[in-house]
Amino acid sequence: MATILAVDDSASMRQMVSFTLKGAGYTVVEAVDGVDALNKAKLQKFDCVVTDVNMPNKDGITLIRDLRALPNYKFIPMLMLTTESGMDKKQAGKAAGATGWIVKPFNPDQLLKTIKKVLG
Amino acid sequence: MSIDMAQFHQVFFEESFEGLDIMETGLLNLDMGDVDDEDINTIFRAAHSIKGGSGTFGFTAVSDFTHVMETLLDEMRDGRRQVTQVAVDVLLGSVDCLKEMLTAIQDEQEIDVESVNKYQQALEVELNGTDASSTENTVEPSDEQTSQQVNAKGWMVAFSPHADMLKTGNDPVRMLRELSSLGELTTTVDFQGVPDFYELDPEECHLSWSLELVGDIVISDVNEIFDWVEDECDLAIQPLGSPTEEQAPPSSPVAEATIEKAAEVANPSVENKKTTKVKAETSKKPAAKGSSSIRVDTSKIDTLINMVGELVITQSMLSLVGEHFEMNKLDQLKSGLSQLERHTRELQESVMNIRMLPISFVFSRFPRLVHDLSSKLDKKIELVLVGEHTEVDKTVVELLSDPLVHLVRNSLDHGVEMPADRVAAGKPETGTITLEAYHRGGNIVIEVKDDGKGLNKEMLRAKAIEKGLIGEETILTDKQTYELIFMAGFSTAAELSDISGRGVGMDVVRRNIQSLGGNIEIISELGVGTTIAIHLPLTLAIMDGQSIAVGDERFIVPLGAIIESINIKESMVNRVAGRGETFRLRDEYLPIIRMHEIFGVKTVQATKLTEGLVVVVDGQGMRCGLFVDDLLGQQQVVIKSLEANYRKVEGVSGATILGDGSVALILDIPGLVRLSNQ
Repeated sequence: MATILAVDDSASMRQMVSFTLKGAGYTVVEAVDGVDALNKAKLQKFDCVVTDVNMPNKDGITLIRDLRALPNYKFIPMLMLTTESGMDKKQAGKAAGATGWIVKPFNPDQLLKTIKKVLG
Repeated sequence: MSIDMAQFHQVFFEESFEGLDIMETGLLNLDMGDVDDEDINTIFRAAHSIKGGSGTFGFTAVSDFTHVMETLLDEMRDGRRQVTQVAVDVLLGSVDCLKEMLTAIQDEQEIDVESVNKYQQALEVELNGTDASSTENTVEPSDEQTSQQVNAKGWMVAFSPHADMLKTGNDPVRMLRELSSLGELTTTVDFQGVPDFYELDPEECHLSWSLELVGDIVISDVNEIFDWVEDECDLAIQPLGSPTEEQAPPSSPVAEATIEKAAEVANPSVENKKTTKVKAETSKKPAAKGSSSIRVDTSKIDTLINMVGELVITQSMLSLVGEHFEMNKLDQLKSGLSQLERHTRELQESVMNIRMLPISFVFSRFPRLVHDLSSKLDKKIELVLVGEHTEVDKTVVELLSDPLVHLVRNSLDHGVEMPADRVAAGKPETGTITLEAYHRGGNIVIEVKDDGKGLNKEMLRAKAIEKGLIGEETILTDKQTYELIFMAGFSTAAELSDISGRGVGMDVVRRNIQSLGGNIEIISELGVGTTIAIHLPLTLAIMDGQSIAVGDERFIVPLGAIIESINIKESMVNRVAGRGETFRLRDEYLPIIRMHEIFGVKTVQATKLTEGLVVVVDGQGMRCGLFVDDLLGQQQVVIKSLEANYRKVEGVSGATILGDGSVALILDIPGLVRLSNQ
């Protein structure tokens, strides 16, 4: 089963994402911001990255751009968790190499459906 | 799959309250003239997180409310909107409102809709410059307006990804797979764009597809599949059998491949199942109201884990020694035991350390308090916080809050003068209140300092006489005069304002501090300012003590209070008729407290001063000598409350259980000094 990196500065969201994905059998590693995520991504290879956009230290879009520059992360799916109002964020995220987005607020089923979609 | 979202609520509340604190601090620190983008961004981020979380966990009232705040902050962040004091005040009000909303939800109570509406309106007025009623906070329906159109037959899709589509992690196969899950899919691949083998870059996509999707399918479902790649492909979708075919890709030599539902094998689980609505189930689960949690720095936990590791090693070493013990292993045993002792002590220290919180937990509420009160009183006051990172025991932090609020309110209300009066007195217009925390010995000292008018001794005295608290001829030192304000029923404010003097007086403040084992002290100079210093023990649970023997009894003296221990000579002792004994120590006369007399110990060995020892102790500025039989060891003692198990005993702050199981009383030095003065 795939290993997923879940990045969010909000502990409750992180727990929710992690709990949902673990419940579906995925292995999940959590990171608290972009810097933490990038460090973890260098230590092991993830099959998918799910990241919040607004975070301190390194935001989700910069994280995606940095990850895409790593050989291991050229083609893996990377999803942003973004709010409805963040249309421009979606564009910026796409330009940075994001695969797609999940619109907040979302429920565990929506999250799982999207993850299954990209992981096949 | 249905997940109980309630399990994340507690964490959500905690982080939201934290976020609100961040917002509050950020807003208070905003410098109108020169706004730092990062400051606004931090505030925005906090609002954004609360909005995201509350939406996810089903607290729509909160997320709707935060949405308006967020929009306002977003415009400030982008520089589209000027940061004004009015806007900041509205936002501060909204932070309060959010706090109330979240508290209400947490306590499973009704949200006060009226107050929420009031704040939301204020926000919207600020945002739109108009009244809120016209701009209902409705979320625009999302981009696809024609989405509900159903076509009975199906869709023709021309799909040609751009060369770099794969580089965003989007695989065309995924889209084909999803399409095939909607209905019967016939695909025709166009290989035309594929370059020569030698020029082929395997990381690029050069294929295009003509797709025929048959079935009763809503177009929004088809659109959704391509939602993420709109800008990374050329896409044309037409109803099946429609006459306009011109948008189809240039048809040319094509190799036909029919992968009918090929992808479905790969992923049979992608279905349009009805999603189970997960509602916020706040109703059933008892909220963890009373649960007190504590946030601990991970490095502290790491230290703790290290210590436990060491302890385990020592333990296994000792058990090895003990298994076949011979006398020649005695040294090994001893070194093992001393290691064990060291580790236990370190472990204890690191556990205690976990309870230590920075005093900023208390201090952080004051910027807001001072901001609000000073504008209410029309005073100009700057608050300076010093030593916010000083760590104190959690219990102390919690109990310190109210007394400090009282003191700061007092300083604001009675201490710092009106701007005009300050200028007249030759002082800067803006007054300063300083909150400072630092460690001194085994104590933490917290000072509330203002540069206001200071305490007027004459007025204090007159007031105390008027209230009948002291007689007219009573002579008081400066210190004693200042302490009058701690007496019950003493208030110098001409009338009780709602700022200070809400019925709880300084006497309550002092009682609270004393119940924490602390002391409060006033230094004041007329016209210059007042400093109120609170001395508190660092921790309320464990302390370093020196055990002393008086007859068969053991007492513990707090180590921090001991200055020295001496044998005294008869020549040093002076007896004052009716007032007890003193002894002279380096030009200072100190009273002698005979421990066996105060505590009625019958089995005492030394009754002559020259036979025993005198332990010189300092109890908050008052020194005295304790006459005891002998000094025993130093040790850390766990403090057990005497009041909780027995009753308050003057001169004793608690009790502890010694290694041999016997009980020793822990001396309260200031109390003892008071006791001996009576």
